[in-house]
Amino acid sequence: MALEKITRVSGRAVFVPGNDIDTDRIIPARFMKCVTFDGLGEFLFYDVRKNADGSDKPQPLNEARHKGARLLLSGMNFGCGSSREHAPQALQKHGFRAVIAEGFAEIFLGNSTTLGMPCVTAGREDIARIAAAVEADPATEVVIDLVARRVSFGAQTAQVSIRESVRDALVHGRWDPIGELIEGAADAGKVAGSLPYMSL
Amino acid sequence: MAKTLFDKVWDAHSVRTLANGQTQLLVGTHLIHEVTSPQAFGMMRDLGLKVAMPHRTFATVDHIVPTDQVSEPYADPLADAMIKELRRSCREFGITFFDRSTGKQGIVHIVGPEQGITQPGTTIACGDSHTSTHGAFGAIAFGIGTTQIRDVLATQTMALGRLKVRRVEVNGRLRPGVYAKDVILHIICTLGVNGGTGYAYEYAGEVFDRFSMEERMTVCNMSIEGGARAGYVNPDETTFAYLKGRPYSPKGEAWEAAVARWRLVASDPGCAYDDVVKMDAADIAPTVTWGINPGQGVPITGAVPDPARAATEDERSSIVEALAYMKLKPGAPIKGTKIDVAFLGSCTNGRLSDFQEVARFIKGRRVAPGVKAIAVPGSQGVGLICAELGIDKIFREAGFEWRNAGCSMCLAMNPDKLVGDQVCASSSNRNFKGRQGSPTGRTLLMSPLMVAAAAVTGSVADAREVFAVSSN
Repeated sequence: MALEKITRVSGRAVFVPGNDIDTDRIIPARFMKCVTFDGLGEFLFYDVRKNADGSDKPQPLNEARHKGARLLLSGMNFGCGSSREHAPQALQKHGFRAVIAEGFAEIFLGNSTTLGMPCVTAGREDIARIAAAVEADPATEVVIDLVARRVSFGAQTAQVSIRESVRDALVHGRWDPIGELIEGAADAGKVAGSLPYMSL
Repeated sequence: MAKTLFDKVWDAHSVRTLANGQTQLLVGTHLIHEVTSPQAFGMMRDLGLKVAMPHRTFATVDHIVPTDQVSEPYADPLADAMIKELRRSCREFGITFFDRSTGKQGIVHIVGPEQGITQPGTTIACGDSHTSTHGAFGAIAFGIGTTQIRDVLATQTMALGRLKVRRVEVNGRLRPGVYAKDVILHIICTLGVNGGTGYAYEYAGEVFDRFSMEERMTVCNMSIEGGARAGYVNPDETTFAYLKGRPYSPKGEAWEAAVARWRLVASDPGCAYDDVVKMDAADIAPTVTWGINPGQGVPITGAVPDPARAATEDERSSIVEALAYMKLKPGAPIKGTKIDVAFLGSCTNGRLSDFQEVARFIKGRRVAPGVKAIAVPGSQGVGLICAELGIDKIFREAGFEWRNAGCSMCLAMNPDKLVGDQVCASSSNRNFKGRQGSPTGRTLLMSPLMVAAAAVTGSVADAREVFAVSSN
């Protein structure tokens, strides 16, 4: 199964400020009563974007000038809480291709990587600079270069960091590990055979 | 060389190193439920894959089950479709399913231990972040996403990077009226909601040595709320006594051999940790959250924080955001906050001892007028024992609704939900915005007895005063 080698992600960006944005906020549980991930994009950040009556809140994600954004900017501990893959799935189905934040929760980071959606970490000041550039001109092309570990926006650049195992998997097109895991089946069987509880 | 339990279990389950440097880790026990698995089964079908070791996956249904309706079809057609989908997939792939008809159904993190499936020295994965619960037995247990569920189904392995280990030691004696829930809320408030990112927490010290298995599970359960993907307690006699005689526990000679192995899996004396944190049990008070993440809590004697007194700009903005959502006033005592709903249950606090402890104190008391109080056993097994002991009756007589097993109001994927901006005193694990089903609903996390104290007084109260608690 040949996967895309993800070395760069580019597009418009939108800033969803705040720390500890949890997966319940990214996709409220009531939209998870489904047996496929199709259609989740519509409910992304639903309660952040919508009032109780379904009308739009004043929120960057609702603004026409940010429509079509492919990169999401946020704060610390993004994606904390539930392990629901519905969260990165909803982001991806909504059109996002990468997240730049000050930090990520562990499970969210892993889930996103497995979907080929890079999560890269940048300093607060750098994220503020990108956000300011996007605010000034929402059409600003933001480019994450995973090889150079750099993000460029307009004439500016900033360093980003990314966990090496994640970066490796993305740039070499092995972010979905199923093929490799299947290759290791015989070895897995041996390890299982060495553990008495596995045969009970 | 002296090793931690984490390293021993990791090494024993390592299959090989993958190209990107992660480990292909054998998952000894795989637990699944109806919400995060159907898409994984769909991927299996799309790829034409078979389940590698079907006898090592166990399923139950918990998130979407209505706790006030037993017969199918469920009133909610989406929920009904999900349970039928799980039933179909389990049949198709040969997986044991603890369906409601078996009498063994319940919240996945309560069923695993109850059945003796959760054992020391094992690796466990489940598509639910509270899988860390199973670490109470000295297992390394991870919450995983749906694509990883597919990986585990197809290969009984997953790709994962090794975690660092932080030993969190709590010594001394807990004061009367202070419970396991308060211990973990205190740990999270102290180390932060992302303080554990990249770590597994090893909980140790005199408090954990004395804790029952159910208390250990309450603490390990909320490891993820502190950012730690796994949390564990070294197995000891308490662990072995709990497991003896359970349906999936080893029997006869195999039992003796298993206990001998389990003793060896505990962290070695003198092993090195990436970090060590020590806390004094006497510093822990009954704790209540006032905000929108589990790290925003205060002792019951404390006050809602004032953003003007925040140490950093981050802290200030977090407090402002939380108070705006919670509609609480800076500096107001947390005690006395009016509540509308009291929820007792969840994978954090839906076990037998939780209901036993509350029953001891609410006998003869009444839920305050205007408060909706529900008690939801975490499994059919817990419900059955409560019925045998007359605990359900004590709750009903006190004015609680006594329900059937499920996740209930913890995450509101079922009919148990907050309405509007109701305030809920909850024994669950998350107080995120909208968590309990209403986009404006407000959650205050606390121990089961504190939930009961709030239920009978109609506002957040000090259970030690309400129930004259003098000893645990």
